[in-house]
Amino acid sequence: MQVTSPLRETLVTGGKTVHDITEDICRQVEGKPSKSWMMGLALSLGGLTIGGYAVFTLLWEGIGVWGLNKTVGWAWDITNFVWWVGIGHAGTLISAILLLFRQKWRMSINRAAEAMTIFAVLCALMFPSLHMGRMWVGFYWALPLPNTFGSLWVNFNSPLLWDVFAISTYFTVSLVFWYIGLIPDFATIRDRATNKISKAIYGALSFGWDGAAKTWMRYESVSLILAGLATPLVLSVHTIVSMDFATSVIPGWHTTIFPPYFVAGAIFSGFAMVLTLMLVTRKLFKLEDYITIYHIELMNIVIIITGSIVGVAYITEFFIAWYSGVPYEQYAFINRAFGPYDWAYYTMMTCNVIAPQLFWFKKIRTSIVSTMIISIIVNIGMWFERFVIIVTSLHRDYIPSSWAMFYPTRYDVGVYLFSFGFFFTAFLLFSKFFPVLNMAELKSIVKSSSEKK
Amino acid sequence: MKDNKKTYWKGIEQLSNDAAFVKNAESEFPESVTQESSESSRRDFLKIMGFSVAAASLAACEAPVRKAIPYLNKPVDVDPGVANYYASTYLNGGDYCSVLVKTREGRPIKVSGNKLSSVTNGGTSAQVEASVLSLYDDARLRGAKSKGEASTWDQIDDSIISELEKIASNDGNIRIVSNTVLSPSTLKSIEDFKTKYPTTEHVMYDQVSMSGMAIANERSFGTKIIPSYDFSKAEVIVGVGADFLSTWGAPIENTYQYAQTRKLKDKKMSRHFQFESNLTLTGSNADYRSMIKPSEEGSVLANIYNILASKAGVPAVKANKIDKETISKAANDLWKAKGKSLVVAGSNDPSIQVVVNAINNLLGNYGSTIDLNTPVNYRKGDEAIMDAFINDASSGKVAAVIFFNANPVYDYYQGEKLAAALSKVALKISTSSVEDETASLVDYIAPDNHYLESWNDASPKKGHYSLAQPTITPIFKTRQAQSSFLIWSDNDGDYFKYLQNNWKEKSTGSFQPFWDKALHDGVYNNASEIENVEYEFVGDVNSEANAISSNYKSGDVELMIYEKSTIGNGSQGNNPLLHELPDPITKATWDNYITMSVADAGFRLDDAKTKTANVTVGGETINLPIMVQPGQASGTIGIALGYGRTSAGRVGDNIGKNIYPLLVNVNGTQSLRISKGVSVEVTEEVHQLAQTQTQNTFMGRETIIQEATLEEFKKDEGAGRFHPHVATWQSESGQVKPEELTLWKGHEYNGHHWGLTIDMNACNGCSACVVACNVENNIPMVGKQEIINRREMTWLRIDRYYSSATDDVTDYAEMEKSAENPEVVFQPMMCQHCNNAPCETVCPVAATTHSTEGLNQMVYNRCIGTRYCANNCPYKVRRFNWFKYHDNDQFADANPQMNTEIGKMVLNPDVTVRSRGVMEKCSFCVQRIQSGKLEAKKDRRELEDSDITTACAAACTAGAITFGDMNNAKSEISNLMKIEDAEKGKEIKIMKNKRAYHVLEEIGVRPNVFYLTKIRNKA
Repeated sequence: MQVTSPLRETLVTGGKTVHDITEDICRQVEGKPSKSWMMGLALSLGGLTIGGYAVFTLLWEGIGVWGLNKTVGWAWDITNFVWWVGIGHAGTLISAILLLFRQKWRMSINRAAEAMTIFAVLCALMFPSLHMGRMWVGFYWALPLPNTFGSLWVNFNSPLLWDVFAISTYFTVSLVFWYIGLIPDFATIRDRATNKISKAIYGALSFGWDGAAKTWMRYESVSLILAGLATPLVLSVHTIVSMDFATSVIPGWHTTIFPPYFVAGAIFSGFAMVLTLMLVTRKLFKLEDYITIYHIELMNIVIIITGSIVGVAYITEFFIAWYSGVPYEQYAFINRAFGPYDWAYYTMMTCNVIAPQLFWFKKIRTSIVSTMIISIIVNIGMWFERFVIIVTSLHRDYIPSSWAMFYPTRYDVGVYLFSFGFFFTAFLLFSKFFPVLNMAELKSIVKSSSEKK
Repeated sequence: MKDNKKTYWKGIEQLSNDAAFVKNAESEFPESVTQESSESSRRDFLKIMGFSVAAASLAACEAPVRKAIPYLNKPVDVDPGVANYYASTYLNGGDYCSVLVKTREGRPIKVSGNKLSSVTNGGTSAQVEASVLSLYDDARLRGAKSKGEASTWDQIDDSIISELEKIASNDGNIRIVSNTVLSPSTLKSIEDFKTKYPTTEHVMYDQVSMSGMAIANERSFGTKIIPSYDFSKAEVIVGVGADFLSTWGAPIENTYQYAQTRKLKDKKMSRHFQFESNLTLTGSNADYRSMIKPSEEGSVLANIYNILASKAGVPAVKANKIDKETISKAANDLWKAKGKSLVVAGSNDPSIQVVVNAINNLLGNYGSTIDLNTPVNYRKGDEAIMDAFINDASSGKVAAVIFFNANPVYDYYQGEKLAAALSKVALKISTSSVEDETASLVDYIAPDNHYLESWNDASPKKGHYSLAQPTITPIFKTRQAQSSFLIWSDNDGDYFKYLQNNWKEKSTGSFQPFWDKALHDGVYNNASEIENVEYEFVGDVNSEANAISSNYKSGDVELMIYEKSTIGNGSQGNNPLLHELPDPITKATWDNYITMSVADAGFRLDDAKTKTANVTVGGETINLPIMVQPGQASGTIGIALGYGRTSAGRVGDNIGKNIYPLLVNVNGTQSLRISKGVSVEVTEEVHQLAQTQTQNTFMGRETIIQEATLEEFKKDEGAGRFHPHVATWQSESGQVKPEELTLWKGHEYNGHHWGLTIDMNACNGCSACVVACNVENNIPMVGKQEIINRREMTWLRIDRYYSSATDDVTDYAEMEKSAENPEVVFQPMMCQHCNNAPCETVCPVAATTHSTEGLNQMVYNRCIGTRYCANNCPYKVRRFNWFKYHDNDQFADANPQMNTEIGKMVLNPDVTVRSRGVMEKCSFCVQRIQSGKLEAKKDRRELEDSDITTACAAACTAGAITFGDMNNAKSEISNLMKIEDAEKGKEIKIMKNKRAYHVLEEIGVRPNVFYLTKIRNKA
């Protein structure tokens, strides 16, 4: 048991007791859904439906409904993929790495962050699937399954295959980690449930949790083991995603800096997304005492750090392009900054490098409104970062005769909307039916009544 | 239990073995029970029910019926899966090419050049290559038509003969209107027609006339002919407004001959000066290109004449001063190459052509590069006669007209007048195979066969003949026009017999062997017909020069109308292969536009977006988009003919505007140059052009385009080569060359090792190879919108680069802009079949792999369409099937060869039609490689170099593309590349040809495609 100095500020404010925690969190699950929740769900389902039409058209007509061309073979699809994978980094980082470092402030946010991770990774998985010309065979040909095609096997040289492994592993571990954490809380809800159906469902979900000391012990060790497993994954997933680009021959992609740069960017965008979601949840579910300004400030500090790493990476890329003496490399970067997609580049620079620096001001990083705005800006910026890397590198590479522009169509937008619809529908359902904060863990950081002054 | 031998009887009958009992013993029922005598029993009912249920369920899951009709009696020469080749002749008006037709199961599927021809030398053009699809054009008429209704041949023959006889008996004028007819037998059949109907006259016109040249030769030498040219003997070539490599004269012949002077044999090459206003294919290949206005063409020639005259000591003529250094340079070089030079001009003005003749005469080129004794027949049209016919028709003096495969309502400048006059003509007949602009106005259409369905002969020039034979029975109920003429003149309608009889005159010995050989070869030359006559120049240069100087005044805006090498004169206007083939210069498809200099337009193209302009000529205004064109002379504009068809068919209708009405007749000859009364007004209307290439310069990237001048090349064969600055590595065994360093184990090629070489000096950008590749490999055409979306599917493209406006490679903005009068280079680009292929490593499912013969292979069935390979391809040659291009209404207009029943007959059965969602790319024509190997195997012999070539290499008239086995020391590619180390198996061959280079050598992908440096013969 870790001892916390009594001088430290309490992480949960408002003098909450153990009982208050149970009440505050379970209230959301047990009560009727609020009006704003219903509206949110309706909106998300609307997005899902409209996006569903775009997905249907894409599958029915072909990839040609997107704006891609002979030169730019990936654009919004892989941009969205990398963006969602990046967002999916925060959850596991918060639960695993911060658990190992015993950062207790994570307890108020890890549940929602992990849920977000899982949904984001699902959204991410949509894009590599949908972007395939022949998804109906691709989704299983890309797996190393025994088959009747003779000696036909997947190509282990291909970074896309590494992606398949990296992301599916990450998804599995994150899901298990998240679910293990949910079990004691499901048991709490089960025990409080008054109607039969809830009791049965939460009873099944809680896997017969009995709250015995031995059960708790096992719970703790499993969490620790999973944290240990998940930690390298946090770093590996985006490293491998970055290799889709880094191992290619395309100027602007073929860069050794990509793995750390992508990981930092992923944490950057993941934290921003967690902030966006948590600020809303906090307000709607009245969790101000659990997710305090202190939490927000700490997360903003992570954003400053990762944002600065990303900024340094941008500058390093330029330096190396100049230093390498490779004309294609030099052109690729000059083209980013001054070519036809310069607006995307400057959007990226403003959102990712300049905006987070505002958090150096304590006033800004402790203000809810400015945090909300900047967190959204960061996510816009990170989307553009991937767009800049993918599209501006491809659209003017080696052979000038093939230089071309990419213009998105409504189906590019529609499929992106579909992923948003899915994400928010899933998150809203989660926030209604699952405990949004980890009650069991939170209870370990409120002072018991005996400790109270 | 004991043995029991007791037998229990059913009755006393069994014991007694009563005969009646034995008979019925096996029956189910005793004899007394009578069966119901209904026709169907209960069991029958069950059987029928069972059958019906089974049949119904089987019928429900029936596979689509595929119509395959087996041969009951197999034709001797047709084996399923084995191609047959027939020599034939492509004829389209005066356009000629001797061809070899490939048929599969009785269907012609590919046309290529006939190497036995001494005229075209195995060359082809884009139009020739594309013509096979015109055979399967859905717009073709299914049979004879009478007054707009479908009819039968007997009916229309009866009506036509009776009407013709009536007209003839009343001495009514009958006119046969055609383009140039190259076929002697056809001309004879028309003569026979004239015998029956003596009031008949044959009127020939050409869409783009060269009658001025014939007139000029009459004035110069007293003989009204167009001579043969031999560019291959010319060391200095001067072209003035003559696009001789793509449309002027005999472009296939010219291209072949010109290429011979550009291949640097013995380190020599011709020097080519071009004076022109539009940037043409020919001008883009010139060593010195000068921009002039069309009205200055005569003066340029007069100035050249004067310089030469002073050297030759003959009097000068009147010449307006033209301030161009290149004029004196050209004249000096011409003088140095006396007798081995050639001056040609594109103008149809006899005065200008006389001056050209005078120059060639001063230079002593007659007898060496110009042959008056072998006149060509390509352009026999005479617009004076045609104009007279239209006037006669307008005034009601013509009683009957037969349009013999001609469409003057569309492609003659007085087409509108003719259309109006036709109402005054009593009997109008067309032999057009489609209901075109003219045929839709006639009473009877007697549709002609396609040339691939016809017997015919041709005489492109004196003493040179070729035969055309049918390669398929007529698909529709069409009939050869020659047969129609014969039938209408009461002769036997069998044109084959008629043709053979004509040829009997040519044979000296026994006819059958002679005929068989001529038919097999497709060509026959009779040198004895060519007499050696000395002609003396008798032209009056002085008065012609005076005429030029007074006739031509420079206008503010001058219009230069031109033909494109793609769509040509518009006669194949319903052929999507030609519409989608990018113009070699502008790289635009599916559109007609005004070419205009940057200075005149006032803007540059940004991603092919442009404005339109209204061009007014003599009261007629035409609105077309602007193509901002580097190399366009300031103060001039260019517009192409061949567009604006309204009755071509669903592919070609309503694309662009028809420019023929703008042509003018100056002093009796047609002119494409309009200097007076042209005005241009740029509108603010935005138009999206469909270009396959929008970045025009190569950004000074020396690893892509490597070029040098002839002087530098003479000093060092490796001049212009770019050697990347890559560090070397010191190993234990000494210094390792950077290109030998690799992560990979490399490949061993113990059998064949296929390679391709492209001579960028011989390639003139004509794009015949692109069409050949499209036809050979079943490549879908995608239509204008998809080209705008940058999704053309061609496996082979020709990158055309202009030189940049600056030499400073770091000034990217200026590098992107083309020079005002740029140097041009063409670079055919296809899959480079890299030995370290970036595409192969990134495919997650190993759908693209490396063969043991060095090919990078694409396995369509395995492809899942991630497009990673295309992204990672440094050459951007991979093409993705964005949509389903076959059996899809969306592409029915652009891609009939995969969307109409008839169009599908052109598909090459050896090449898969790719499905949606898979990647494709150049395969080095792997189907040809395999079939070549099979042939050799069947013959039990070693594979020879000539057994296999790719479609692009076969189509290349200039011989710029060489394909072959680099492991075979005797192969053409080994010789050309001087592959020193013919030791088998090595991935990297050591080449002694110092011109050879890899595009993007420094990225180490080690392609199997090599380029030879571009050499320019300029100081």
